[in-house]
Amino acid sequence: MHDINVDYEKQMGMENFHPSLVRGPVELNTNSMGEGDIFGAEPKISARNVNFCYGSKRALNGINIDFSPRRVTAIIGPSGCGKSTFIRLLNRMHELVPDSRLEGEILLDGLDILSPACDAAELRKRVGMVFQKPNPFPKSVFENVAYGLQVNGVRDRNLIEEKVVDSLKKAALWDEIKDRLKDSALGLSGGQQQRLCIARCLAVSPEVILFDEPCASLDPISTAKIEELILTLKKDYTIVIVTHNMQQAARVSDQTAFFLMGDLIEMGRTESIFKAPRDRRTEDYITGRFG
Amino acid sequence: MTKKKERIIKYLFTALAFASLVFLVGIVLVLFKEALPIFSKVSLKAFLLGESWYPTAEPAEFGILPLILASLWVTAGALVICVPLGIGSALYLHELAGPRQRAVLKPVIEILASVPSIVYGFFGMVILAPFLQNTFDLPIGLCVLTTSIILGVMATPTVASIAEDALSYVPRSFREASFAVGADRWQTLTKVIIPAAGSGISTAIILGMSRAIGETMTVLMVAGGSAVIPHSVFDPVRPMTAAIAAEMGEAPVGSDHYHALFAIALILFLITFAFNIAAELISRRFRLKLGLSR
Amino acid sequence: MQKIGFSALFACMAANILFLGGIIFFIAARGLSSISWEFLTQAPRDSMTAGGVAPAIVGTFYLTLGAVIFALPLGVACAIYLTEYSPKGWIVNLLRISINNLAGVPSVVFGLFGLTVFVKYAGFGVSILSGSLTLGILALPVIISASQEALTAVPQSVREASLALGASQWETIRRVALPAALPGILTGVILSVGRVAGETAPILFTAAAFYLKGYPRSVFSEVMALPYHIYALMTEGTHPEIQTRIAYASSLLLLALVLSVSMLAIFIRARQRKTYNA
Repeated sequence: MHDINVDYEKQMGMENFHPSLVRGPVELNTNSMGEGDIFGAEPKISARNVNFCYGSKRALNGINIDFSPRRVTAIIGPSGCGKSTFIRLLNRMHELVPDSRLEGEILLDGLDILSPACDAAELRKRVGMVFQKPNPFPKSVFENVAYGLQVNGVRDRNLIEEKVVDSLKKAALWDEIKDRLKDSALGLSGGQQQRLCIARCLAVSPEVILFDEPCASLDPISTAKIEELILTLKKDYTIVIVTHNMQQAARVSDQTAFFLMGDLIEMGRTESIFKAPRDRRTEDYITGRFG
Repeated sequence: MTKKKERIIKYLFTALAFASLVFLVGIVLVLFKEALPIFSKVSLKAFLLGESWYPTAEPAEFGILPLILASLWVTAGALVICVPLGIGSALYLHELAGPRQRAVLKPVIEILASVPSIVYGFFGMVILAPFLQNTFDLPIGLCVLTTSIILGVMATPTVASIAEDALSYVPRSFREASFAVGADRWQTLTKVIIPAAGSGISTAIILGMSRAIGETMTVLMVAGGSAVIPHSVFDPVRPMTAAIAAEMGEAPVGSDHYHALFAIALILFLITFAFNIAAELISRRFRLKLGLSR
Repeated sequence: MQKIGFSALFACMAANILFLGGIIFFIAARGLSSISWEFLTQAPRDSMTAGGVAPAIVGTFYLTLGAVIFALPLGVACAIYLTEYSPKGWIVNLLRISINNLAGVPSVVFGLFGLTVFVKYAGFGVSILSGSLTLGILALPVIISASQEALTAVPQSVREASLALGASQWETIRRVALPAALPGILTGVILSVGRVAGETAPILFTAAAFYLKGYPRSVFSEVMALPYHIYALMTEGTHPEIQTRIAYASSLLLLALVLSVSMLAIFIRARQRKTYNA
């Protein structure tokens, strides 16, 4: 497969530009190249033969996918391809939609999370989620982050305070709001609110964090901050991020999965996907022929 | 929080939620139970169409036609006032009132709606009735006309707020399309918007009627209390609600009079129930017509 | 044509203002002079010709409080069920029709129901208890409506956030949805207070008495109430002129009470809309 970067530059008439001016279609994430074979580790989360319908609509067909621990996996694809639908299966948020049917297995550390023995609430304490539009509670900043702990039964006020500060620091928000803890969360900017939601998620010490297009409603600066944050978080958490922004996928992820119309077309290391996609459809999407 | 506890809580809420249905059914059952005995003494036809209401006479007569007609007359009279005023106000709010005006006028209507019926009745009795008595040189100012006027004023806010609600559901695109073919605001209003909101406005009128016919204290104080078939708007009358409220205190429990009053209440309930169901059906069709789902 | 039409509409709207102003004016004009400290704090004397209406104020207070105590938990529970537990369509419709119909029942029918069920069957007799329960049923639709509106206004995304953190449905309702809906529910309570305080027919046979010697001693006592007091003053008793004056003052008092409650509710609702839109 030819180097699509070269093709892109030709298409865009940018071959004569200085490389530093040209961004894209990809910026190679070189981090993942230096480390060991990431497919060697036992997958943290896997989906096996997952079919999903809601109403009469078939949303996902026979999805088989593994998510490596402590890596960032990006899911890309055009609107309606099923990526948001899929990520919501991983913490059983799909159960909020009535009239839906799920077949197959979803395994967390080898155990099926869909079995009746697995409690959804307990699952969600291990698999957290950050949503597309920031959704802080109409409470103070402190109360937002403390919420997960309180729901978990933590009563010790010192412990809660410690955890709140710790989570806010991890979410790179502490410096900005350390003297505004009692203020309403709704008064923060969009980017701050989203980082608050991340802090809130971190406070319950999940193992996996699901990001559903977290920067879709944010400005570029906030987006950059959150992408930076994700790169630091991956040291301790397994991260799955759905994004419609390919450059973002290329910037932050180690692995990328390409969905199209409910099917998983291709998955692999990020730079392989972007530099040398095996499937024609992947290549078409990445080069912008549709999407 | 265990799953079992969650389920118990859900069942608890489900049970409590049906309270309103339970009360409604309870009302129906109680009315039926206490009303039925009278129909072993008087046939339904004689009850509804009988022209003499002398429940305390010997022998007692239980024809409630005068009461029914009284209710109908005062309600019709009320409609003469509340329909134009209510719909007119709604149209004004919808079309002509800017946001500042709306912020003042809508509360005015709400406040008017919250005035207790006893205050209306009192006002009617001590101010309006004597006024009409003097103006029209009547033997007594407590009559159909007075009652209709007060009921009309009472029902206006009801009609106005529901009609205004209905008008607000008419999509802006209708207006824009009308302007685009050169109609002015009045024509748009009368030929496009009002017809489009037609069902909603009907609902408003029906609910206004329901309010008027179910009103008790006002008619008790202002209608005059004479249980005869009215022949003019200046006749004192005794609508159904007034009959129940006035006579219940004196009817011995378990007597025919007692059961007859419950029968009147049952008829009254069925009338307002029918109005409400009609309004419900019309408003559902209205929403479907405009393409709104609910 | 348009000018005439629009003027007519303006007249219709103005009529509302006229009515409201007229009622307030006339009652205030003739009633204000009788309002005094004595009027508000003392019991009536000399067969209603002297003294005040304090027991009626107290009675109205108790009846209203009782009605709210009864209707609030039931009403909020119903609203929670409808908005949080998403029951099937036919259940929602059935409940909605029940609530709307209950709201449209004539007040005298409530009175008869209360008479039969609370006063007689349950044996509570003519009492604050019977009156409060009857008024509570009247208040129920108002509270359900307002609570439902308040809960629906809480965005679904916030509930999702709570569930995604591992909270159960009830925890989400208790910690997130209800607290956020509290101002709206409060508005509903205030509106129901205004409604209930002014009702006469439901308490005619279930709670009210005209002339009582003292203040109510328990929930099983009869009680005086402002709206009933006005009615009785005008239809019973032996001193029509004096009684009419007292009735004016009582009407003014009741009107002032109900109107201030209404305006409070409107004010809270307006402020709430502002914070949501901000």
